[in-house]
Amino acid sequence: MRTLSFIVQKEFIQIFRNKPILFMMTVLPIIQLIVLASAASNEVKDVRVVIVDMDYSESSRDLVSRINYNDRFIIAAFSKSKAEAEGIMQRDETDLILEIPADFEQKFIRKERPELQILANSINGQQATLGTGYLRSVIGMFNADLTEAVMPGGSYRSGSTRISVRNWYNPELSYSDFMVPGILAELAALLTIVLTAMNVVREREMGTIEQINVTPIKKWELITGKLIPFLCVGLVLLSVGLLVGRLVFQIQYQGSLILMFGYAILNLVAVLGLGLLISNFADTQQQAIFVAFFFVLVFILMCGLFTPIESMPTWAQYFTIPNPLAHIISVSRKILLKGSGLSDIKMEIIYTFGLAVTFNSLAIYTYKKQT
Amino acid sequence: MINVFKAFVRKEVYHILRDRRTLFILFGVPIAQVMIFGYAITNEFRDASIHVLDHAGDQASMKLVQHLQSSGNIQVEGLIRSESLIEDGFKSGITKLVLVIPEDFSEQLYRGSDMNIQLLADGSDPNNASTLVQYITAMINDFRREEAGFTAGAYQIGVETRMLYNPQLISAYNFIPGTIAFILLMISAMMTSLTIAREKELGTMEILLVSPLNPFLIILGKVTPYALLSFINAILVVVIGYFVFDVPVLGGMTLLLSTCLLYVVTALALGTLISTVSTTQQDAMMRSLMGLMMPSMLLSGFIFPIASMPEVLQIISRVVPATYFIRILKGVMLRGTGFGFVAFEISILALMTALFLFGSYRNFKIRLE
Repeated sequence: MRTLSFIVQKEFIQIFRNKPILFMMTVLPIIQLIVLASAASNEVKDVRVVIVDMDYSESSRDLVSRINYNDRFIIAAFSKSKAEAEGIMQRDETDLILEIPADFEQKFIRKERPELQILANSINGQQATLGTGYLRSVIGMFNADLTEAVMPGGSYRSGSTRISVRNWYNPELSYSDFMVPGILAELAALLTIVLTAMNVVREREMGTIEQINVTPIKKWELITGKLIPFLCVGLVLLSVGLLVGRLVFQIQYQGSLILMFGYAILNLVAVLGLGLLISNFADTQQQAIFVAFFFVLVFILMCGLFTPIESMPTWAQYFTIPNPLAHIISVSRKILLKGSGLSDIKMEIIYTFGLAVTFNSLAIYTYKKQT
Repeated sequence: MINVFKAFVRKEVYHILRDRRTLFILFGVPIAQVMIFGYAITNEFRDASIHVLDHAGDQASMKLVQHLQSSGNIQVEGLIRSESLIEDGFKSGITKLVLVIPEDFSEQLYRGSDMNIQLLADGSDPNNASTLVQYITAMINDFRREEAGFTAGAYQIGVETRMLYNPQLISAYNFIPGTIAFILLMISAMMTSLTIAREKELGTMEILLVSPLNPFLIILGKVTPYALLSFINAILVVVIGYFVFDVPVLGGMTLLLSTCLLYVVTALALGTLISTVSTTQQDAMMRSLMGLMMPSMLLSGFIFPIASMPEVLQIISRVVPATYFIRILKGVMLRGTGFGFVAFEISILALMTALFLFGSYRNFKIRLE
């Protein structure tokens, strides 16, 4: 036990000695948290529209002004011809083009079903679908009102169906409430995995590992001694991050913070074990970084932080089981936002425990004292 | 001189080729990224599971539930019996939405009185909640219209929608350009900064500096192989995009490749700049990871649309080089724009590159401290 405390002490001295790393371990992730949590949004707003109004009738002007007054849309330009409008889209200065044909009002009154055309820049498919959807619903309302004006009672109005919606846990549907716990968990995991992956290999590159190897330190003592300091770093980061979430983003944490920290310790141990394992297999720091980077990238893309896990194909969902990030993100959202209890996160705990045991025993097993 | 330079580049190539694992990762990252984006993750919701709290429990409400399920996108996980059970489903994450059907549902439906349906959504995931609510609202309205036997009236406005540039809405169109930007940055900036920092950390930089080789040739010799490597990788991504996901290159190939080359220089300049201010590999890694890779991935419009970010971040996104590069790539590859349309972005990139080069020139120390 005494040996262990000395190794821990040594690691802490090395961490605190390195001022730039210390800064990047504490301040930078917090800045990242603030920036990312505000950036990460899939909302579609400020859709730019170019109007090609060839009818220029009272009705077409009414439609245009409805679009203009709608919060979601910005009229980027009025264009005389479709070709000109397409040029604007080619320059990426608009997302949608709405073309109103010359005989629009005439045809409507004659019940000849006038055709409006929407052209969408669909390079980002999701944005295009949502944007055209909003425009269609504005047109739909316009259609109903116009019909009502020409022939009262002749339109079908969905007003008689009242669908009341209540969003639990996050009534305003604030995006940062959703992103902060996830990003926080992700940053803590990312930082610790990269730092530990580089740690042992750095000693190897510098040659100091041989000095440790000739001492009577046992393998598990060394691994544990390396693990504890970074666990502390991760937990400090988590606490500061939670504070930032509370103060900057005004998130009301629902669940038990003790449970959150308890689970975080388990999860960080698993992540650290993976970092140490990578470190054992790398010859140079550069190698360790890139191997760790590869894992982190795959983990982040498939952890449900940015895109929901439920939307993945079933085979891909199985790949999230050995991904510790997926579990901590799901748990942090459940506990912090919904106030879930121990029984709600039991599956995550079981998986993470399994991962922690696997990674760490492999890390101890593959660490070679002989070179 | 040229021979010395050649020898130096050869040394660096040996360094790269010797380290098989890193090389493997360098090619593995773009492939994994493209495959994950292409096959595994999507923002569309699929198989959303909902619960129904059916106070009516008659034929009409059963019909509505069936109607919801018929779309294939919604999975009715089960019926719950009382209000108190709603929260359990949310907390364990099994259900995303609860549909509450009132007791006098069939009366409301057939007598034409006001219909009151309640949707309770798990708002902790706002994106999912709002899409799901929109979707189900539309389906309920459909259902009511069908049941009422309503047919379209005479006064109809037709709306024809055409999707330009990506008619089949393939998501690869959106992420291939971003992946190219990411890969070029990873190899040209992150790797370069690490390899220079490594020479510093191991002390071999001092040996190189006392050699008769010009210090700028040393840096040039160090970055050349990485430039080449990243270029090969970028082409690999374009090829995978073309053959696996049918992402076209509509614009000129020369324009595409020369802008890639420009961006490689930008990234190399950034990498050198980072390495001049960091002393250890850890230091260089943290700087390039946190200061370069993350912003380039998240603030460049690669993953999240810039238009929906807060004002401050939109301004920050304007100083991220990747923003401009991705815009150029989207223009040239997908919309087939010519040089004239992307001249502004190209000149911004060139200006940034000049700035970074100047910065690293000023910071580069050829003397020992």
